[in-house]
Amino acid sequence: MHKRSKLHLAAGATALIAALFGELGTASAGDVDPMNFSAVDRGRYLSILSDCASCHTVRQKNQPFAGGRPIETPFGSIVAPNITPDLETGIGSWTDDQFDNAVRKGVGRNGERLYPAMPFNAYTKMSREDVLAIRAYLNTVTAVYNPVVANTLPFPFNIRTSMRVWDGLYFKEGEYVADPSKSAEWNRGAFLVDGPAHCGACHTPKSFLGGDKTAQYLQGSPLQGWSAPNITNDARTGLGGWSVEEVAAYLKTGHNRVTAATGPMAEAVDLSTSKMTDDDVKAIATYLKSLPGDEKPQTAMAASAAEMTAGGAIYRDQCSACHGFDGKGVDRLFPSVANSSMARADDPTSVIRIVLRGARSVATDKEPTAPGMPSYGGQLKDDQVANVLTYIRNSWGNASPAVSSGEVGRLRASLAKRSD
Amino acid sequence: MARILPKKDVVIIGLGWTGSVMANELTDEGLDVIAIERGPWRDAPTDFPPSQMQDELRYRIRHELFLRPDQLTFTLRNKLDQQALPMRDWGAFMPPNGVGGGGVHWNGEMWRFLPSDFVLKTHLTQRYGADFLPGDMTIQDWGITYDELEPYYDRFEYLCGTSGTAGNLRGQIMEGGNPFEGPRSRDYPTKAQPQPFSHTLFAKAARELGYKPFPQPSGNLSTAYTNPHGLRMGPCTYCGFCEWFGCSNYSKASPQTTILPVLVRKDNFTARDNSEVVKINTDRSGKHATGVTFVDSSGEAWEQPADLVILSAFSMFNAQLMLHSGIGQPYDPKTGEGRVGRNFTHQTISSVNGFFDKSKFNFNPFIGSGSIGMCIDEFNGDNFDHGPLGFVGGGYVGQVQTGARPIESALTPPGTPKWGAAWKTAIKDNYLSTVKPGTGVHGSFYAYRDIYLDLDPLYKDRFGRPLMRMTIDIKDNEAKQNRYLTDKFAEIIKAMGATSLAKTYRTAPYDATTYQTTHLNGGVIMGADPKTSAVNRYLQSWDVSNLFVLGASAFPQNAGYNPTLTVGALAYWAADAIRNQYLKKPGPLVDA
Repeated sequence: MHKRSKLHLAAGATALIAALFGELGTASAGDVDPMNFSAVDRGRYLSILSDCASCHTVRQKNQPFAGGRPIETPFGSIVAPNITPDLETGIGSWTDDQFDNAVRKGVGRNGERLYPAMPFNAYTKMSREDVLAIRAYLNTVTAVYNPVVANTLPFPFNIRTSMRVWDGLYFKEGEYVADPSKSAEWNRGAFLVDGPAHCGACHTPKSFLGGDKTAQYLQGSPLQGWSAPNITNDARTGLGGWSVEEVAAYLKTGHNRVTAATGPMAEAVDLSTSKMTDDDVKAIATYLKSLPGDEKPQTAMAASAAEMTAGGAIYRDQCSACHGFDGKGVDRLFPSVANSSMARADDPTSVIRIVLRGARSVATDKEPTAPGMPSYGGQLKDDQVANVLTYIRNSWGNASPAVSSGEVGRLRASLAKRSD
Repeated sequence: MARILPKKDVVIIGLGWTGSVMANELTDEGLDVIAIERGPWRDAPTDFPPSQMQDELRYRIRHELFLRPDQLTFTLRNKLDQQALPMRDWGAFMPPNGVGGGGVHWNGEMWRFLPSDFVLKTHLTQRYGADFLPGDMTIQDWGITYDELEPYYDRFEYLCGTSGTAGNLRGQIMEGGNPFEGPRSRDYPTKAQPQPFSHTLFAKAARELGYKPFPQPSGNLSTAYTNPHGLRMGPCTYCGFCEWFGCSNYSKASPQTTILPVLVRKDNFTARDNSEVVKINTDRSGKHATGVTFVDSSGEAWEQPADLVILSAFSMFNAQLMLHSGIGQPYDPKTGEGRVGRNFTHQTISSVNGFFDKSKFNFNPFIGSGSIGMCIDEFNGDNFDHGPLGFVGGGYVGQVQTGARPIESALTPPGTPKWGAAWKTAIKDNYLSTVKPGTGVHGSFYAYRDIYLDLDPLYKDRFGRPLMRMTIDIKDNEAKQNRYLTDKFAEIIKAMGATSLAKTYRTAPYDATTYQTTHLNGGVIMGADPKTSAVNRYLQSWDVSNLFVLGASAFPQNAGYNPTLTVGALAYWAADAIRNQYLKKPGPLVDA
């Protein structure tokens, strides 16, 4: 009886949402909109948009949503809890209000404050109906008994009451409010980016307390030994050089003319963006492309500089076989380092890491090749890595600050402690 | 006692080229497929990264990618009255091991056989009379024609992105291609690779001698290509590390670059590596396979039941597993009866190195690619009149510059001391001005009554099973063929302007110590007559109808070409027969 009434509620919510977003239906005949499905299917799609599995499922373990994955934060690790319907260790005995409070308000079952590793500050943009649809979907997954101790932070961060202060500083509760001056597609994109897809969790720089630096919204941030790139429309370091279709292709297939998803973004593509509808990835692309970059002017280092000459020689010997003498690579196989905003990023962490450690791009149904880049950490010394990156960052029209041998050395030392 | 695993629809033994093709086709059909591979998993970018792979010592000299003879080897003898001895190091051929099989470390030659090759016995008998063939020669027709196989040749070529120049497009002879090839239904997927200097010089000399040189069809691509599975390949960079090595530049067609990334995404596909199948199990009638028994890396035995068994190991291991499983009557050279082990063949290879004036010629021999080359086909198959020559068979000859890796490319002209200052000087003087064809003369190897495979009566493997015994020799026919082709080839090298030549003929006895090719064929041959073949025209066992045996083991004899394209085409041909005939009505597809 209890279950049935919930389904009725969700069905009503579906109709409401359908009415709200009905005008977004640009889909041609045959292209379905999962947001118009019944609660469980809508919830499944919303869980993809929200990428719940990324944190709540341990990969390769075949226990979806059973939790147990440590989420790395600058303050220590937080282990993602079990959100299967298990009565004892999951969320099976939670009320809908408790679930909604956790997802959208950052308040746990017993009134305790959640850490923002759970992106409730983004999920708050969703409606209660959205969140209960996710709940309806989670109720259908296999219940797994898996007790998880979530709070593994060191003192003083392990004191949850400190989160009251954080919430006061950084958390703005409230559903997404559409901007009537913008298109329905733009609004859908803004809702997805700031809401379920929680792009800012990685791409917006954080204060020393881990709150968003809103002035630098989506302009890139260090993350788990990588640098999440700028995803505003900045021409040099952001998406300025990509068309809306190229951004959408990147999200949907993990690959486009310029680059390929790797590192933490490979996982986001695999679990979330590649499973979004074509309309939704295009909406995200449309919104991101509308965000102005800061367009900081840069001057390229002279080709005659010693770093450039040395770096060019290394590039010819080690890199050009795949990436080409012109730096353009091979379409959707070898990234174009000449046109790569990641290569030009102000924070070169990701490119240094790729040279030192190598990287594997994501495989998707549309782009199954998943080419990889070998590690050159054993072959190139710190100054050689710095020079070749300085060369790439200042050739073919690129202009970005030189990479120093010290930066490479520091990252090499910190990567040595990482298992990923 | 083996523990029994849950039953699958299909078990595939060996995940090389043919196993990968078949796994992909049958998973597309919706079947639940498991592939069991003796060697390790191999993944292009992580196992052969271009930052480390160009290591001649590790891969070429120390055989990193191959089976270890300690793990499994063969015994060999030349003649029936000899005692066969075990091979303790690889030489004449290199048995592959691991996912991708020989497709990992091959050179990438993509030759089609001639239409007459498939009806060889009929063709030669009609043209020259039955008496023209040596009395102990046991060549046979294949039971399939070129025209039947053409669509499957085409599929494998497009799978691999093959670079080449068509010579016969739907019957029309095309300028610049091989005028002797059978008609192809469409052009190559990608244009031929650009040729280095020694190749263009070879082509010029050949043309002046009246031949029609053409680029060797290559599985190393001239340009970027996306195959029908959506897998992307890149242009070859001519690094010169192809054969013996894996390519992680996505330039060489291999299961890793053309099939596996799609296959591993399928929920109805499972692979088990480092597990060796030791037996195909049959029911009490012996006419129905029930699955396989394999041993994992801990030495534990497991039984994998399945409705359909695909034997797609390397050719000699196919024959070996058939014999170990007691499927098909073993071949007896004395009576000429029996199905399994007959018509075992190899290839007849030789070469001519040309030494040129270093002040006039610089070939930059390190610019290499596995199957880049300029070849002529005037002396292949029956493209020339054998009547006055007293032998049958032939091969292509060509300049194929696969690279000049330092250890193996230390060549000196005849008469140079083998060591010391004069040797060092000669190495230096000749490195850039020597033409060292990767293959040179690539001749056929026809079948004989007393060249065959059987189980060794004395030597056993680590499981206590008899080793496979090879009885193989170079017969007069092949020696004559080779002498003729090598001399023709040497004329062209000479005409290029060589000041001296180092010519080596292939002669008896068969020598297991120097590399020829890994093209070992036969043993489980296909044919129309169940008395003289082990599998029917669809590669289905005559004895056990739910067993198909793929690979060059099916060749009744070997043509003067590299086998992979024909092996791949036959795999698609067999897959088509399974999908469209066998699954609808399981049982023999040809009445015995």
